[in-house]
Amino acid sequence: MGKKVINKFDEFESALTAEKKGDKYVLRLFVAGINPKSRRAIENLMEILEENLKDQYELEIIDIYQQPIFAKEGQIVAAPTLIKELPPPLRRFVGDLSNKEKLLLGLELKSKKDE
Amino acid sequence: MSNGKNLLSGDESVLEKTITGIEGLDEITGGGLPRGRPSLICGAAGCGKTIFAMEFIVHGAEMGEPGVFVSFEETAEDIKKNFISMNPNLNDLIDQNKISMDYIRIERSEIEETGEYDLEGLFIRLGYAIDSIGAKRVVLDTVEALFSGFSAEALLRAELRRLFHWLKSKGVTAVITGESGEKTLTRYGLEEYVADCVILLNNPVVNKITTRNLRIVKYRGSSHGTNEYPFLIGENGITLLPITSVGLNHSAPDIHVSTGIERLDTMLNGNGYYVGSSILVTGSAGTGKSSIAAQFANSTCKKGCKCLYLAFEESPKQIIRNMNSIGIDLRHWVDKGLLKFHATRPTLYGLEIHLVTIYKLINELNPDIVIFDPISNLISVGSPDEVKSMLTRLIDFLKSKQITALSTSLSAMGNIETSVGISSLMDTWINLEAVETNGERNRTIDIIKARGMSHSNQLREFQLTDNGIKIVDIYLGSEGMLTGSARVSQIALEKAQKLEREHEIERKQREIEHKRELMDAQIAEIKSKFETEEKELERIIKQEKLKEKILKKDRIEMAQMRTADKED
Repeated sequence: MGKKVINKFDEFESALTAEKKGDKYVLRLFVAGINPKSRRAIENLMEILEENLKDQYELEIIDIYQQPIFAKEGQIVAAPTLIKELPPPLRRFVGDLSNKEKLLLGLELKSKKDE
Repeated sequence: MSNGKNLLSGDESVLEKTITGIEGLDEITGGGLPRGRPSLICGAAGCGKTIFAMEFIVHGAEMGEPGVFVSFEETAEDIKKNFISMNPNLNDLIDQNKISMDYIRIERSEIEETGEYDLEGLFIRLGYAIDSIGAKRVVLDTVEALFSGFSAEALLRAELRRLFHWLKSKGVTAVITGESGEKTLTRYGLEEYVADCVILLNNPVVNKITTRNLRIVKYRGSSHGTNEYPFLIGENGITLLPITSVGLNHSAPDIHVSTGIERLDTMLNGNGYYVGSSILVTGSAGTGKSSIAAQFANSTCKKGCKCLYLAFEESPKQIIRNMNSIGIDLRHWVDKGLLKFHATRPTLYGLEIHLVTIYKLINELNPDIVIFDPISNLISVGSPDEVKSMLTRLIDFLKSKQITALSTSLSAMGNIETSVGISSLMDTWINLEAVETNGERNRTIDIIKARGMSHSNQLREFQLTDNGIKIVDIYLGSEGMLTGSARVSQIALEKAQKLEREHEIERKQREIEHKRELMDAQIAEIKSKFETEEKELERIIKQEKLKEKILKKDRIEMAQMRTADKED
């Protein structure tokens, strides 16, 4: 009986991940001008997205120097900041996204079990 | 504020200052906060940091210096709601682009740190807000919230240092608030970065009473008041009064004001109290201290002058009702706006706050007289030293404004010395006492001192009648001092005695008359007796003389007969 439950749980988990993987991701990356940090952030993000979410994401890159009003709207404090708007929950990633593990976990493209 | 401006123009070359518009703060800082530099306001939770910062922004906006209020803790809507009652035109100022509010939300649980970053977002938002309204003032409340949202402390510190430099380069006068730390002024040592002006707020609880204090810890390049100044957060925001600065140089005019009781005026040199003097009315419970105070208030209002009645024991309604019973109608003056009651429990706030409240009320109302009923209740709030120091400042303040102050003070039965020795601060001291004789209690009034007046040294009997206060002479005679019914009965007794004495005199006079008559009768009798005897004796003398004559004649005849020798 116990085994069955575990199996069911596994099924549920994999189903959930599959569903997540099928979801469309809406992402916004806020950078403060073109500086090494911004550049690295864009590069790192593109790499991950291409690897994991090909054709399954929508990404907007905003330069808050050019459009400071978006900094207020997006509640941006640190730069660069990546906001995952969809799927919920909303999450913010600050920094140049060089810690890919953290980003993958945060985007729920990878669960802790996979490690 | 005008004071601040003068100072500002005076040492403009030294350090420019920005007037905060907070009552009192501009005075102790000599003109406000350092212009174009960040100042730090620190204190524990609930000290009033945010209100302080908000006042700075609102007053600035009203004075033509737009401001940006950046909150890290509350949404702009919440802050507006909190401050709209204190600053009713806050929304207008926001609509007119004189104030810009921004809420910076930092939620640790949402944030994932994935590499190198900086706080450029904050700079951009701030820069955008400043430029969009041409702000001259900026508030960051509380910037330390960043430390709870981001873990890279070294980076945050570097960024904060950069932020304050950047604010300086922007030329804005900034107020940064910070929570008190355990060993440092602020939890994250912000004072290291904001070093020009640091103001500390605290609210210690002494005897279960909280007093808010403000102290300027440092102010680079400027002199400043160094004390802890109590401040009040009232309906109109922060009031801070540098009340230690009052000196002993008030003028003393030779004008009098009636006490409202004719005979008491007479007792005091005929004219009443001096204008601007301080009067103490002491007495044990139920001797009529408040009645004297009310009578004074009544007569002052009658002349169209304003009176502030500070009640520490009874509610205004109770005072009005009670005074009505002795024929003093105070409600009438309240309705006319000449009399203002302010009733508080002494234990409601600390002494300093009482003082600040009283100052504020006096400055608002500008009364001619102030009544403290009773001042002795304030004594319960602090130590005797504190109370005396507070009352000294209060009396100095009132004298400097030429306000006549009447204070009542409860003294223990038979002991006229007040527990704090406040009497030495007072110019006129009236003592009321209840004298118990023959199973009744009667009130007496006397003047213990009246500086600069030749006052009566006699005790008087003091009566509360339906038509107000009546002062009558007490009985002074062979039986000692008598009051009340003893006085009345003694007077009756004396009257009877007098009558009796008069009768006695009459009787004695009649007796004299009688004796004289008696004597006259006796004299007459003796006289008549004498006359009778006299007549008898004269008759005998005549007879004897006749006998002698006859004898002589006989002898001559015999001799002739004997023809004897002629005798001689």
